[in-house]
Amino acid sequence: MFLHLKNITKRYPGVVALSDVSLDVIEGEVHALVGENGAGKSTLIKTCTGAVTPNEGTIVVQGQEFASLTPKSSEQLGIAVIYQEFNLVDELSVAENVFLGRAIRKGIVIDKKAMQEQAAEIFRQFDITIDPCELVANLTIGYQQLVEIAKAVSQNARMLIMDEPSAPLTQAEAEALYAMVDKLKASGVTILYISHRMDEIFRLSDRVTVMRDGQKVKTMDTGDTNLDDLVRLMVGRELTETYPARKHCISDEVLLNVENLSGNGLHDINLQIRKGEVLGLAGLIGAGRTELAELLFGVHPKTGGRVVLNGNDIHPKIPKDAIACGIALVPEDRKKQGALLEIDIRGNISMAILERISRFFTVNEKEEQRIADYYKDAIRIKTPTLRQKIKNLSGGNQQKVIIAKWLATEPTLVIFDEPTRGIDVGAKSEIYALVNSLVESGKAVLIISSEMEEVMGMSDRILVLHEGRITGELERKDFCQETIMGFASRT
Amino acid sequence: METTASSKNTGNVVAAIAKRFGIYIVLLVLVIFFSIASENFFVGSNLLNVARQVSMLGIAAVGFAFVLLLGGIDLSVGSVITLVNIVTAWLMVNSGWNPVLAVFVALSISAAIGFANGWIIANIQMPSIIVTLAMMIIIEGVAYLICKGLPIYGFPKSFAVIGQGYLGPIPIPVIIMIAVMALGMFILNKTYFGRYFYAVGGNEEAAKLSGINVKNVKYLVYTLSGFFAGVAGIVILSRTNSGQVLSGKGFEFDVLTACVLGGVSVAGGHGKISNVLAGVLILGVLSNGLVLLDISQFVQMVIKGTVLMLAVAVDCLQHRKPS
Repeated sequence: MFLHLKNITKRYPGVVALSDVSLDVIEGEVHALVGENGAGKSTLIKTCTGAVTPNEGTIVVQGQEFASLTPKSSEQLGIAVIYQEFNLVDELSVAENVFLGRAIRKGIVIDKKAMQEQAAEIFRQFDITIDPCELVANLTIGYQQLVEIAKAVSQNARMLIMDEPSAPLTQAEAEALYAMVDKLKASGVTILYISHRMDEIFRLSDRVTVMRDGQKVKTMDTGDTNLDDLVRLMVGRELTETYPARKHCISDEVLLNVENLSGNGLHDINLQIRKGEVLGLAGLIGAGRTELAELLFGVHPKTGGRVVLNGNDIHPKIPKDAIACGIALVPEDRKKQGALLEIDIRGNISMAILERISRFFTVNEKEEQRIADYYKDAIRIKTPTLRQKIKNLSGGNQQKVIIAKWLATEPTLVIFDEPTRGIDVGAKSEIYALVNSLVESGKAVLIISSEMEEVMGMSDRILVLHEGRITGELERKDFCQETIMGFASRT
Repeated sequence: METTASSKNTGNVVAAIAKRFGIYIVLLVLVIFFSIASENFFVGSNLLNVARQVSMLGIAAVGFAFVLLLGGIDLSVGSVITLVNIVTAWLMVNSGWNPVLAVFVALSISAAIGFANGWIIANIQMPSIIVTLAMMIIIEGVAYLICKGLPIYGFPKSFAVIGQGYLGPIPIPVIIMIAVMALGMFILNKTYFGRYFYAVGGNEEAAKLSGINVKNVKYLVYTLSGFFAGVAGIVILSRTNSGQVLSGKGFEFDVLTACVLGGVSVAGGHGKISNVLAGVLILGVLSNGLVLLDISQFVQMVIKGTVLMLAVAVDCLQHRKPS
């Protein structure tokens, strides 16, 4: 047994990230860790690396017991993590990166030659062809990752934690990664492998642990389970949150018709949204959901295909064009893309309609105030005054202000990208009710969410994306988490 | 409980006042200090003198403040002043043009230079500091080429009105400055594009996603910066009555100092013209007062640099997030 986590609990204010999780990782095995976004995998990893101090439980590494680890003690115990963002310096050579912070020296001079030789030796062990003198900046992401792994190996890592290592890789790069994992295992390194890709879990791992909602569901021998079981264990819960019912209001009229749309990492997207319909986009992170929203909204140019809105071909080059066509986008990252934090609530609500309410370049502030007042009441923005800066509001209220900004443009199609991320339950259900009232008034809604329950609870129809393509479509009566996960993780 | 609450409130009020009028309090302290230190300072004619001395700075500072609001910088301001100086002088003297026409052409050129800055910054996405540095060098060279480094003088008499005339007791340059500042305040507070300056400077991505044509905003802001620098150049030319290649040398740093003293954030998104005026006046009062006290130019430099450092330090400390 290399690592033994005993009854680990980690609480954050209002959330239990890990609840009484116990996990054994046997020395020399490849142990896969799977679960939906938010299942607690990241917190668990951070517990092992010392980035998180658990509230309860013990961590046993090779017989030594700890209440918690620090980044330093974790490193000394031989635990290393390969994150998705690499800790490499682009402008240094591969060899210098491998020995970063512990450069081999001759006196006060760095001994480049020795570092190159030793790096080359490590690469030889793993049958990798990388020139140690090459700059890291010139390597593909796949090779950069191998350098990152080599760096960990050269630090005598006994256990490697790999957090979705294959996510940014092409198929060929992933093959190189798998080969490296096999060799690492053969050389006795223990590996904890987190992934959303089911195929590689079956290919690489000896055992697999499923997590859900901060708890461990089960640990199994990979050979004793199959894809269906695994997916069922990952998502296997009833919808617990209630989604307000809405009248059936889908008209026969098609509002948006997208034909063979390509660009921004997407290929051959075909979809239709009817007036009064909520279309959900499901898929894993990086599948192209946000990218599709950005294409429709003119953030990135399309490279092919047609977008027809209300019978007219549209070609938005910048968001301003898309807004003029009647499209609104409530973006994914509220603080970075949505709110203008230093501007007051009124100014945020009016930002997208300022030109419409201006005469001779001058903003009609009475009209501005009237519109802001209207939406403050209509969607219950809780604030003593509209002249308050938006940064002083809670997340839920900030989101409402951003939604108000878009409703003020009187759109016909509203795209919500992660509409309830980081928002409390009360504000969530208000936003769901708002979506209902939008479609009931004849608008169309496109909703993107990483929360499976949310997409299923809110949508009339769901499209599933995988690697920039639509891989599945489900009508409401056919909604099923296992099916969606199957489409989303198919290879 | 109530007394603590009210005393806390009073403390908050004082802090709020200090935060809101801080820069004017500094100005007031300086004025009081020099009034006591020199009997010639707080005299009507001297105060008007201060106002006239800073007017060119104040005019150029409005456009510069817009650029800073956007999170950029415009180092070409001084060179634009020089070029406008030389072009206007050359057109009036060597081509015998009517002053009005010469001024019109020169201001158009200054606006066009600003637009070119904005176009390159927005479309090629070069850092503004590099674009405007290159532009600064280019147009200074052009100014030298036009006049071969020699001063140009002998303007029509009417031209002197702009820099040397009075309306009642008020010098014309001061009136121009007040008009430009009023225009700047109007743009920032009342027009939609003024709002866009704050939005783009505060968060360019969110601004773009809110339907703002960010490129157009950049064109406009840099064009205005060039234009207002041009206006300042005309006033300088009229005051000195001769076109000189050194007329705008280093001016951009005085303007930057005034704006930063006036609380305009170099990171973009923050700043008010009314406070920029205070920054401009502080520089003017310091220059004038220190001269009256017969303090050497080099000591003045030390003092001005120190004031700038302190003003920004206080601002940074106020805005620093508690860690």
